[in-house]
Amino acid sequence: MEKILLKNIENSKSADISEYRKVGGYSSLLKALAMQPKEIVEEVKKAGLRGRGGAGFPVAMKWTFASADPKFPKYLLCNADEGEPGTFKDRPILEKNPHLLIEGMVISGHALMAEYGFIYLRGEYPEAKNILNRAIAQAYENNMLGDNIAGKGVKFHLAVHQGAGAYICGEETALIESLEGDKGQPRIKPPFPVNVGVWSKPTVVNNVETLSNLPFIIEAGGEAYAKIGTPDCPGPKLYSISGHVEKPGVYELPMGTSLRDIIYTHCGGIKGGKTLKAVIPGGISTPVLPPEKIDCPMDFVNMPKHGSMLGSGAVIVMDESVCLVKVCYRALKFFEHESCGKCTPCREGTGWLRSILGRIESGQGDEGDIDLLMAVSGNIMGKTFCPLGDGAASVVQNFIKHFRPEFEAHIKTKACQVKA
Amino acid sequence: MFSEAAIKELEELRAKYPSARGALLPAIYVAQREFGHLSSEAYEAVSAALGVPKATVRGVATFYAMYKHKPMGRHVVQLCTNVSCMILGAEKLVDFLKNKYGLEPGGMTSDGRFSLVIMECIGACGTAPAMLVNDDFYENLTEKYVEEILGKYT
Repeated sequence: MEKILLKNIENSKSADISEYRKVGGYSSLLKALAMQPKEIVEEVKKAGLRGRGGAGFPVAMKWTFASADPKFPKYLLCNADEGEPGTFKDRPILEKNPHLLIEGMVISGHALMAEYGFIYLRGEYPEAKNILNRAIAQAYENNMLGDNIAGKGVKFHLAVHQGAGAYICGEETALIESLEGDKGQPRIKPPFPVNVGVWSKPTVVNNVETLSNLPFIIEAGGEAYAKIGTPDCPGPKLYSISGHVEKPGVYELPMGTSLRDIIYTHCGGIKGGKTLKAVIPGGISTPVLPPEKIDCPMDFVNMPKHGSMLGSGAVIVMDESVCLVKVCYRALKFFEHESCGKCTPCREGTGWLRSILGRIESGQGDEGDIDLLMAVSGNIMGKTFCPLGDGAASVVQNFIKHFRPEFEAHIKTKACQVKA
Repeated sequence: MFSEAAIKELEELRAKYPSARGALLPAIYVAQREFGHLSSEAYEAVSAALGVPKATVRGVATFYAMYKHKPMGRHVVQLCTNVSCMILGAEKLVDFLKNKYGLEPGGMTSDGRFSLVIMECIGACGTAPAMLVNDDFYENLTEKYVEEILGKYT
C-alpha cells in the first residue's frame, strides 16, 4: 500500500516545510481553501473517517455537531497526549511529518470555522515539542497559518500546549481541563465538548492520526479514501507493535489487517522462534487475547466481535517467557498511578486490585483472591465518569478469563511457574 | 522572583491563551527550570506572574507527574518500566542503577549527579527498554549501554 501518513519519512529532512512541499505538501490545503466548509465535511463523511484515538467515532458527525452550535470562536484541539501504554504510533507523524498534521488541522479548522487550534502534546515527547514549534513557525512564515492564509481570507492560529505526565489527559474533557490550566479531571457529559468545550466554546478534539488523514481525503476525494481498508472502517491505520516480535515498530497498513498478519507477516513473527503466549491488541486497556484468537481484523467494528477492541492499535506481543500475573499487576500499578481521584470506585478500586495482584504475584495470595479480584473489578465497571476505571477492571477480568490457571497456580504453589 | 528572560517568556506564553490561567501548565515548567524544583518561592513567582492563587498553582502542579517538588540531581534519568519495557528487561536496569550508582527509584545519587524517576510509558515501546535522560531519548537499552550513556552526563 502506498504510504499516506508516513509518506516521505525516510527522508532525514522530512520535517522541513520545503521538503514537505516537494512531495506535494500544502497543495490539499490550497484546494480546501477554495471549498466551502460544508463541502469539506461532506468529503469526510464520504470517506467514512473514524477517530483514531481509540473510540472510532465518525469524524463528520462530531464536526457537524460543533458546526451547528452558534457560539464562536470555535476551537480545534489535536490530541497528541499519546499515553496508552504500548502506543507510539503518533510519534513518527509528530517528529517526522509535522506539516502533514498542521495541514490537516488547517483544513479541519476551515471545515469547522474554527479560528484557533492547540496541539495538546504529552510532556514525555520533548523532541516532538521542538520539532512542532519549528514547523509551526515555518507554516506562519509561509502563510499557511495566520489571519489570512494563502491570501484566501481564512484565519487559523495554532500553538503547542505541553502536558505534564498525566495519562488521564488523553480523555478529551480532562484534556480540556488541563489546557485551561487545571488538574486533568474529566467532566461529566453532557454537555459535550462540541457544545461546551474549552473556555466554554464549541470544541472538537481529534487525534493526531485522524487529522493527518485530511490532506489525502481532500486530494484524492472521500470516495477514493473509502476504498482503502474495510467498508465500515475505511482508511490506512498506524499500528504500533512492541514486545516479542522480530521487527517491532510503527506500520501503516490498511484498516482491518488481521492481528495474525501484523504479527507474522509484517513483524516477522515471534522473536527467536519462541511460542506466542498472549497479545494485548490495542494498548494496555484493551482485553488481552490468547494465541488462538488472533485471526481477527484489526478495526473498530470487528475487534469487539472477537472479544477485544482496536483501541489505539498498539499491539503488545508476549512470548512464553512472560508471567501474565506480573503483567496484570504492572498494568494495575499503572492504572492506580494514573487514576485522577475523582470517582471513588476507580480511585480506591484500582489500588485494591493492584494490592491483591501484588500479593498473588509475590506468592502471598489467598485461595479466594481470584473471586475477590472479580468482585472488586465488577464494582468499578460502569461506575465511573470516564473509561479509565472500566479499562482497569476489564484488564483484570480478561486476564483471568483467558489465563485463570496461571493465577491459580501462583496462589496454589506460592511461586511463579513460568520459566523465563 | 523570575529572571527578566523568564518574565519575557511568560508574557509570550500568556499571549497564546485567551486567559492567563491557560498559561499555568507552561508557566510551572518555566518555574521548575528557573528554580530547579517547585519550591514555595517558585509557586509564589508563578502566582504573581499569572495572578492565580498560590494554592491553585500548588494544587495543579501536584496533580502532574512531571513536575518536581523536591531538589533533583543535575541530570534526571527517566526510565520506563511499563509492560513493553518490563517484558524486555527494564526491571533489571532498575536493579543495575541501584547496585552500580546507588540510585533508587524516586531518589538521587549522593553526589547530586543523577535523580531516577520511574516513568509510565514514554512512547518508545518498539525500541524497549527505553529512557529519557533530561530531554534525550535512549532506546534498546542494556546495562552496558546505560553505563555508556550515563558516562556522558557529568
